[in-house]
Amino acid sequence: MSLKKPEEQPSGRRRFLQKSLSLIPLAAAASTGVVSLSSPAADKPQGVLSDYVPAYFNDKEWKFLLAALDRLIPADANGPGAVSEGVQVFIDKQMELPYGYGRLWYMQGPFADSIPEMGYQSHLVPRDTYRLGIALADQHCQQQYQKDFYQLETAQQEEVLHALEADKLRNDAIHGKQFFEQLLENAKEGYLADPIHGGNQTLASWKMIGFPGARADFVDTVQQPNKPYPLGPVSISSKRSV
Amino acid sequence: MAAVKKAPVDVVIVGFGWTGSLMAMELASSGLNIVALERGENRDTYPDFSYPRIADELTYGIRLKLFQNASKETVTVRHTTQETALPYRRFGSFLPGDGVGGAGTHWNGQLWRPLEADLKMRSTVIEKYGADFIPKDMTVQDYPFTYDEMEPYFDKFEKICGAAGQVGNLNGEKVEGGNPFESPRKNGYPTKPLETLYAGELFSKAAKQLGYHPFECPAANCTEAWTNPYNVQLGVCNYCGYCERFGCFNYSKGSPQSCVIPALKPFSNFELRTQAHVIRVNTDSSGKKATGVTYIDAQGNEVEQPADLVILSAFQLHNVRLLLLSKIGKPYDPQTGDGVVGRNYAYQMTGGIKLFYDNDNWFNPFAATGATSTVIDDFNAENFDHSKVGFVGGATISAAFSGGRPIQQMGIPKDAPRWGSGWKQAIKDNYLHNMNVGSSGSVMPYKQCYLDLDPTYRDIYGQPLLRMTFDWQQNELKMTNFIKDKAEEIVKVMNPKHYEVGFKTLNSHYDVRPYQSTHTTGGAVMGDDPRTSVVNKFLQSWDVPNVFVTGACCFPQNLAYNPTGIVCATALFAADAIRNRYLANPGPLVQA
Repeated sequence: MSLKKPEEQPSGRRRFLQKSLSLIPLAAAASTGVVSLSSPAADKPQGVLSDYVPAYFNDKEWKFLLAALDRLIPADANGPGAVSEGVQVFIDKQMELPYGYGRLWYMQGPFADSIPEMGYQSHLVPRDTYRLGIALADQHCQQQYQKDFYQLETAQQEEVLHALEADKLRNDAIHGKQFFEQLLENAKEGYLADPIHGGNQTLASWKMIGFPGARADFVDTVQQPNKPYPLGPVSISSKRSV
Repeated sequence: MAAVKKAPVDVVIVGFGWTGSLMAMELASSGLNIVALERGENRDTYPDFSYPRIADELTYGIRLKLFQNASKETVTVRHTTQETALPYRRFGSFLPGDGVGGAGTHWNGQLWRPLEADLKMRSTVIEKYGADFIPKDMTVQDYPFTYDEMEPYFDKFEKICGAAGQVGNLNGEKVEGGNPFESPRKNGYPTKPLETLYAGELFSKAAKQLGYHPFECPAANCTEAWTNPYNVQLGVCNYCGYCERFGCFNYSKGSPQSCVIPALKPFSNFELRTQAHVIRVNTDSSGKKATGVTYIDAQGNEVEQPADLVILSAFQLHNVRLLLLSKIGKPYDPQTGDGVVGRNYAYQMTGGIKLFYDNDNWFNPFAATGATSTVIDDFNAENFDHSKVGFVGGATISAAFSGGRPIQQMGIPKDAPRWGSGWKQAIKDNYLHNMNVGSSGSVMPYKQCYLDLDPTYRDIYGQPLLRMTFDWQQNELKMTNFIKDKAEEIVKVMNPKHYEVGFKTLNSHYDVRPYQSTHTTGGAVMGDDPRTSVVNKFLQSWDVPNVFVTGACCFPQNLAYNPTGIVCATALFAADAIRNRYLANPGPLVQA
């Protein structure tokens, strides 16, 4: 993959992807050559610790996740996207919680196929869904482009994500749509949840939509119908938007 | 054989939500030894619901921290008896509670009294439209008491909650601003109604223009200084936006924690044991007398708790399951129509229209309570003529905000992109500038909709899960399509930039995925006839008279309204009967 050098004034979105790739742990980067992308300290995203080491995802999966999140919720004129807000950190943390292990759901067998109205009937828990889903996507990218997902051009990545969403990619282990829906749901959760969970580190999403976060006292607001709320968001740990 | 046997007590209460805590409180001053068993954890306003940690959508709203953990126990679901039921693996459609306070901790707080016609549904329909108007498979019944009998208990529960509302009918006199269809109240609400939100103003104006009668939803949100009949002082609601799915940090939403538990603490004859999961009610060799209950404690021991009186006050589904597991009352058979336990299961029928406005309409969805809602009752129950519409029942129509939680409650147009910059633009453009007109409708009971024990799937203790056989029936689908037209008519007058209708069609099937309501009802219904009910009007088991069963499992059919008002009023009514009549002369309070 040939990325533009910083002095070539990359687009905002591409610049964020570069920053996000700088979040790959050094050990992972060293073995793949993307180490050349590491940014100077001053260029670090505001929200996320650059030394975060994923607990669940392996190096190859982490690269997929960063690239996919940058497509799903990109940085653009409306502000930061998922990656600089730390959504990948959010998802990694979720994988190590009871949620990631499917311990919040009834997962006893027997399992059976069913009409959609009967809800989730798969035996896969989120950890499995990511592991198998990322492998499915990268396997497709290798066959199609002889590259992994994170090495593709933006338009190609979007094409692959659309194929997953439309359930066009499948193997024996997983259907693409199941993986895509899991990823998109978690991406939005991490982007819009309180920063204590790892994403939304600068409260950018809340600021963008006008949600005041954990202020939780709105007597004045309900007494003034149809007036914009004047204050910016705060988080549970007293972060304010920047 | 239980490994541990506890010293006998006078009363054992199973489940410590609204009705369990009210029962304990009402019986505590009798001097009886009372033990309450709660399978979940202990929870109180402080420290469990403290600000700011409670203001966390992901933990409480999405990962459902305060609810039952489905990995331990769920139900199985099928549409008809021809199908194999499958587990309700991920909670969506309804959210059973767990832990001290139960569903009374994380409810929205809409606090209704039933209409007089709701309580006499079968006889009212027959009287007005003839017996043939009722579909052959519909097992609609009358409640076993009148509105007047229950009025003092509705009043008492509203005072326990410091409820907010505007009276519409005071002793038969209509009062401007309240619900003109409500049955006569002896007193107004303890505290002033909730503020009307901007969405409610727009809805109210349009509804009035069409000749309807909008009012503010009565709410278990205390809006002024109030000390309740148990001498507990409530907080004044600050519209924080964290009612639904959350515990109230502000002591203002009516809940066992904010209204009852502080008053129970001084009683030394009352003991609460948490992490005590009751697996059955024990009976003697005759099967006609309960001897106590058996539970699994926090260490996994099986513990027998002998008791003279057993009160089942778990969530609707669990009460029915416990009766089936304990073989109390005859299980319902859908083929023959015989038996009663599991019969008349019902749910609730909801619909909604999303209204999108320009950027100069500010709805501020985060500033709300679970019950901030402007409602019309013109198309509920028998408030309108059904002779031409061909269905039984009806719905409320309202403009409501229960909070503006950005993960779950984000409204964007259907054609907006689901991801990418287009999605970001859509949430930015719409979060503050859309609202909803929704409906909440009644659901009648049917021969083919019932609860029994699943033959395959089990809980973590190895006991069969409850099986739900339920689908939407034509009566309710016709009802909701009628309501859709009425709602759309109002929406058109409200003149949004764009609107999207989300009502079920005549071909819709029950879907466990989207949240609808937690108002599951029936399975252990109250009535005057042991052939068609599990408990009498005092919620006493016909078969085992020292067992009482509280909650929405006792509803013969479901109302359009949220159930908590009638659930708690009937529990208070039953507590009175136990204290003043049963204890002096234990035995059946009504002769079968």
